[in-house]
Amino acid sequence: MAARAHVKYMTEGEGGLSAALLAGVLVCLFAAARAEDAAFAFHAYLSAAASLGGLMLVLSHFAGRDASPVPQEVNGKPNYNLGPVKFAVIASVVWGIAGFLVGVIIAFQLWAPELNFGLPFTNFGRLRPLHTSAVIFAFGGNVLIGTSFYVVQRTCRARLAGELAPWFVVLGYNFFIVLAGTGYLLGVTQSKEYAEPEWYADLWLTIVWVVYLLVFLGTIWKRKEPHIFVANWFYLAFIVTIAMLHIVNNLAMPVSVFGSKSYPIFSGVQDALIQWWYGHNAVGFFLTAGFLAIMYYFIPKRAERPVYSYRLSIIHFWALIFMYIWAGPHHLHYTALPDWAQTLGMTFSIMLWMPSWGGMINGLMTLSGAWDKLRTDPVLRMMVVSLAFYGMSTFEGPMMSIKAVNSLSHYTDWTIGHVHSGALGWVAYVSFGALYCLVPWLWNRPRLYSLKLVEWHFWVSTLGIVLYITSMWVAGIMQGLMWRAYNALGFLEYSFIETVEAMQPYYLVRALGGVLFLTGALIMAFNLYMTVRGSEAEEEEQVPVLAPAPAPLPIAAE
Amino acid sequence: MAHASQKNLEALADQETTGHEWDGIEEFNNPLPRWWLWLLYATVVWSIAYWVVYPSWPLVRDYTHGLFGYSQRAAVLNEVEAARAARGELGKALASAPLEEIRKDPELLKLALANGKAAFGDNCASCHGTGATGRTGYPNLQDDEWLWGGTLEEIYQTIRVGARAGHGETRQSEMLAFGRDGMLKREEIRAVANYVLSLSGRAFDPKLKLEDGQAIFAQNCAACHGETGKGNKEMGAPDLTDAIWLYGSSPEQVMATIHNGRKGVMPSWEGRLDPVTIKALAVYVHSLGGGQ
Repeated sequence: MAARAHVKYMTEGEGGLSAALLAGVLVCLFAAARAEDAAFAFHAYLSAAASLGGLMLVLSHFAGRDASPVPQEVNGKPNYNLGPVKFAVIASVVWGIAGFLVGVIIAFQLWAPELNFGLPFTNFGRLRPLHTSAVIFAFGGNVLIGTSFYVVQRTCRARLAGELAPWFVVLGYNFFIVLAGTGYLLGVTQSKEYAEPEWYADLWLTIVWVVYLLVFLGTIWKRKEPHIFVANWFYLAFIVTIAMLHIVNNLAMPVSVFGSKSYPIFSGVQDALIQWWYGHNAVGFFLTAGFLAIMYYFIPKRAERPVYSYRLSIIHFWALIFMYIWAGPHHLHYTALPDWAQTLGMTFSIMLWMPSWGGMINGLMTLSGAWDKLRTDPVLRMMVVSLAFYGMSTFEGPMMSIKAVNSLSHYTDWTIGHVHSGALGWVAYVSFGALYCLVPWLWNRPRLYSLKLVEWHFWVSTLGIVLYITSMWVAGIMQGLMWRAYNALGFLEYSFIETVEAMQPYYLVRALGGVLFLTGALIMAFNLYMTVRGSEAEEEEQVPVLAPAPAPLPIAAE
Repeated sequence: MAHASQKNLEALADQETTGHEWDGIEEFNNPLPRWWLWLLYATVVWSIAYWVVYPSWPLVRDYTHGLFGYSQRAAVLNEVEAARAARGELGKALASAPLEEIRKDPELLKLALANGKAAFGDNCASCHGTGATGRTGYPNLQDDEWLWGGTLEEIYQTIRVGARAGHGETRQSEMLAFGRDGMLKREEIRAVANYVLSLSGRAFDPKLKLEDGQAIFAQNCAACHGETGKGNKEMGAPDLTDAIWLYGSSPEQVMATIHNGRKGVMPSWEGRLDPVTIKALAVYVHSLGGGQ
C-alpha cells in the first residue's frame, strides 16, 4: 500500500483538459462581452457555463480518484468503462421523447396552422429543425455513441481508450445538441437541411467528433481479439464519413467572429450538390451504417445465433459504402443540376439496392433456427420488424430515385412517409431493441421490468407507424397527381392551396400516428426506468428460450 | 414450431463458422444468396446501359451526352411547345387578340378564363383569396370599387406593372403618414378622421366639430381624394364615401391609416408571367363581377 500512497499527480489528459476548459471559460466570456447579436451572446454565456461545469467535473474526478491509474483488467477480465454508455442511454431516451413530442406538435400544426400561436419560437419553421435534429442527432446520435462505446469494448475485450475522452465525447456531443436546439428556437440557422447549426456549433462538433474517432480507434488498437467484429467496421465507417461530410458541408465564412451568422463558401447549384451529398450520406452513414452496426451486435446477441454470413457482411459493407457516397444528386432531379450528375445519382441509387438489402438478409437469416423466439421475445421482434422496415425503405428509396417516379414523388409528402418508414420503423425500432437489451446489462438487472409493456410498446407504436406511412403515401401521391393534373384546355386543374386542403384529413391521421408512436416511447421510458430501479413486474414466467414450447401463446399482450 | 426449429438447429449445427468469436457472437460463412448476387449484377448492368444512352460521366470540359442526346432543358421546352401547339389556332388568337375582342368572342373567352383561373389560384390567391374576395390590406376583386380603375385595360395594366412595385411604369402613389411625419397633430387627426367617417354616413362623434375636420380635409386630403372625397383613380386614391374600407372603418383604424400612411404593394407580373397569361388574368379578374 505504501507504493500507492505517494503524491497524486494530474495525468496529461486531466491537466490539458482543465487548461483547455479554463481557456474556454475565458474565451467564451470575452466573446459574450463582444457579441453582436443576442443569440450569440446567449450561446457564449451558455458555453462559458458549460466549460466551467466541465472544469469542475474534471477537478472533482481528479480529487475523487485513486492515485494509481484505472486498471485495464480486474481479475483477468476487462474493466469496461460503462459510465459514458449509461449517460448516452439515458440521454437518448430523454431526447427521443422530446424529439417525438416536437414531431407530434408540428404534425398538428400542419393540420391546424393556428397551433403556430403566432410566436416566433413556436413557429413551424423553427420547430421543424428542432424535431429533425432532436430525433436524428440527439436521439439517434446518443444511441450510436452509447452502443458504439459498449459494443467496441465488448467485442475488443478492451476498456475504452482514454479516461476523460469518452466522457468528453458524450457530454460534448450533448452540449452541441443544446447549442443547436436553443439556436433553432432563437432563429439561429444556416438553413441547410440537417446541417442547420451555425459555424461555432459546427466547430465544436468537429472537435467532439475527432475525439470520438480517436477513442474508437484507440479502443480497436488495444483490442484483445485477433479480428475486428463487423459491427465495428460499420461504426468506423459511420464515424469517419460523418466527419468528412460535416466538415465539407459546413465550410462557411462567419460575418463576424462575434456573431452567429455565416455564409457557406459554395453557392448556387454547387452549394445544393454539396448539401445533398451531405444530406443523403447523413442518411447513409448516420442512419444506415451506424444502425446496421447496432443490428450486427444486438440481433445475434439477443437471438443467441451466429451471424448468418461473414462473406455477405464483407461484400455488402464495401458495396454499401462505395455506392452510397454517390447517390446524393437524386435529391436534385429536375433542377439546375446538370443532367449527367442527376443520372449518376439515380443509377448509383439503383445499384445501392442490393448492398442495402445485404444487411437485412444477414440480420433476418441470423434468426434461422430461432424464429420461434419472435413469439416470446418482443424485444427481438422489434429488432426483426426494424429490419423489415429497413428492407422496405431501402427498396422504396432507389425506386423514388428513378427520375420518372421522382417527378411524381418529389416535394410531396410521399417523401415524408418514406423518411418516416425508415426513421420510425428502422432507426427507432432497432434503437429501442438495443435500449431494451442494454439497460438490464448496464445496470446489472436480471431482466427488464416488464416484457408485457414491451409488447404494448411494440403494438402501439407499430400501429402508429402504419397510420403514419399509409396516410403519407395516400396524401403524397394524391398531392403529386393533383400538381400535375391538367384540364382539357391544357391548364393546371388545381391551385396549390387546393392540394393543401385535400391533404388536411391525412395530416390528422399522420398526427394521430405520431401520438401513438410517442405513447409507445413513453411506455418504454417507464419500463426502462423501473428496470434501472430494480423492480420486476409480476408476470407469468417467460417461456425459456429453447425448451419445448407449450401451446402457442397469443402474440399480443392480453 | 419448436419442433421445427429444433430440427433447423440440428441442420445448422453442421455448418461451419469462421472460427471467429466476439463476446459470444460467432459467424457462419454462408455463401452470398444467389438471387441477391444476380440482382446486384442486374442493377449494375442496367446502370451501365443507362449511362450509354443518357448523359452520365463528366469529362474535362464536357460530359458524355449519351446515344439519345437527351437534355432535360430541351425536353421541357419541347413539352411547353407541345402544350402551346395543342391549343392550336385558338391559342395563337388569344396571344394576338385585343382584350375587348377576347371578351366578346365566346371561344376565346372560354380559353382565357381557364388560363386566368389557373394562374389566379397559384399567383394571386395568396393575397386576394381563392375566391378573390380579398382581406384587410388586400382589395376585394369581386366588387366594383377599383383603386386604379376597373376596365379591362386598366386591370391589365395594374397586373402588368403592379402598384408600388419595382416595375419602371408601376402604379405609384402614397398615402402619407400625416401623424408620424408631423404634418398633423393628434387632435387634428381625430377631427379629420371623424369628418371622413361622416362622408360615408358612418357613425361619428358629434362632440367634435365637423367643420374643423372638413377644413383639415380640404387642406391635406382633397388633393388626392377630391373635394367631396370621391377618390381619384388616376392616383389610386380610394373613394371615401362608399362602404368599402381596405384597412378598416373603425375610428381607430381610420386614425391609424392617417397617422402611419399606407403603402400596400401589388407585385408587377410582367416578366414573371408570360404576356398571354397576364391578358388572361385581366379577363378573368374583370369577369369576376366588378369589371367595368
